[in-house]
Amino acid sequence: MKKSEVPQDKSTLENTNIREMCYAVDENGEYTTELSTGWDPKTIALNNTLAEIDERIAAAKEKVLKNETSPIEYYMELNRMDTSVLAGYTGFWQWQIKRHFKPSVFQKLSIKRLQKYADVFEITIEELKNSNA
Amino acid sequence: MQIEFEHRQAAHCENGAVSNLMRYNGIDVSEPMVFGIGSGLLFCYIPFLMVNHAPAITYRAMPGFIFKRFAKRVGVKIKREKFKNTKKAQERLDENLSKNNPVGLQVGVFNLPYFPEEYRFHFNAHNLVVYGKEGDRYLISDPTVEHVTSLSEKELEKVRFAKGAFAPNGHMYYPVSFPEKVNLEKAILKGIKHTCRDMLAPIPFVGVKGIHKIAGLIRKWPKKKGTKVANHYLGQIVRMQEEIGTGGGGFRYIYAAFLQEASKILNNSQLSDLSNEMTEIGDLWRDFAVNASRIYKNRSSQNDGYNQIANQLDTIANLEETFFKKLKKAV
Repeated sequence: MKKSEVPQDKSTLENTNIREMCYAVDENGEYTTELSTGWDPKTIALNNTLAEIDERIAAAKEKVLKNETSPIEYYMELNRMDTSVLAGYTGFWQWQIKRHFKPSVFQKLSIKRLQKYADVFEITIEELKNSNA
Repeated sequence: MQIEFEHRQAAHCENGAVSNLMRYNGIDVSEPMVFGIGSGLLFCYIPFLMVNHAPAITYRAMPGFIFKRFAKRVGVKIKREKFKNTKKAQERLDENLSKNNPVGLQVGVFNLPYFPEEYRFHFNAHNLVVYGKEGDRYLISDPTVEHVTSLSEKELEKVRFAKGAFAPNGHMYYPVSFPEKVNLEKAILKGIKHTCRDMLAPIPFVGVKGIHKIAGLIRKWPKKKGTKVANHYLGQIVRMQEEIGTGGGGFRYIYAAFLQEASKILNNSQLSDLSNEMTEIGDLWRDFAVNASRIYKNRSSQNDGYNQIANQLDTIANLEETFFKKLKKAV
């Protein structure tokens, strides 16, 4: 890639004043660096990923409303986590977390366990329990 | 307290943190040099592991390996510490800062407040340097960001003890002893040989063979997984290739920059020619990203689209195979 060809496309980075460093060759064939504001193929991939996350959140919300899962799953998706990351933060096993997704099990969770989830999601137990999502 | 620390932006966090720490300690090495000596370049498909709900592939060595190899080959001794206790972790950090010793930290990205929301994922192998403390705020030199910044005690603790894959556990590192004379020549040769070995490894998931493997998978995805999933997978490949501080073209341009620098140090003009060749291969990786993005942008599922980019990858794999065989002979 030539230095003059380092893409300067519009991206979400622009609003935050963060530019990314690219390696490219100058007119003399010497390697140098150039800051890039963004590149469309990347931006599209990132936006697709973000859209996908939103879909997952919406789907989890839907399931909570239908009483098919507990709000834990919704907040997990909202925090871009999966069960393995949530297991790391809470100290529960993944199978325990999956069990806590069951609304009937969630109803009976102790305050102590609820507090653990609430702390990780940075919300109160009330918010966790009465999540109108 | 603030340590006189020169912040230089880098493409990639690990090379950048190492390069900045080395320069502070009087060893002037560029980011590509660290990357090349540490044998950072790689292609690897990790079967069965899913990252962001997509197959895991990587264009570089495992987190921490680049620094480890670089230090070993240059003869720098590194002290590494991990912590169970968050308080202890902060004490040890403060202790180092009060001794005028800037340290590297491994952190999680998800809770880094200065990162744009869009980039905050549960990725735990990010690196930054702490070079001072003012009140309760730590002065931060994050190599992937243009300017220095700062984090509160609480914010820093949170990212140092992020959880999930590659959980940092407060991981802190800094060089403790240096060789009397740095012999880059030897280190460069070692680094290059290692990379050739990795890229030509006779393992179906690694190096050139790994690229062919992914090409084969791409051909199957639309039928096996459906358009939506196939496109998501493709998007993740492009993100791994271009996003995570690769300097463009899945680290191929940084590697070309390394070869160019190495050719001067070793007085080996062949390496300079090979640098040009690597740049061209990097351009082909960029073309691949452009074509892949056309597929997932239009959300189309034309089968020949997938086949076309798979062919592109096969071509790249063949070129890299010849390339690394030549490179092996050149050193």
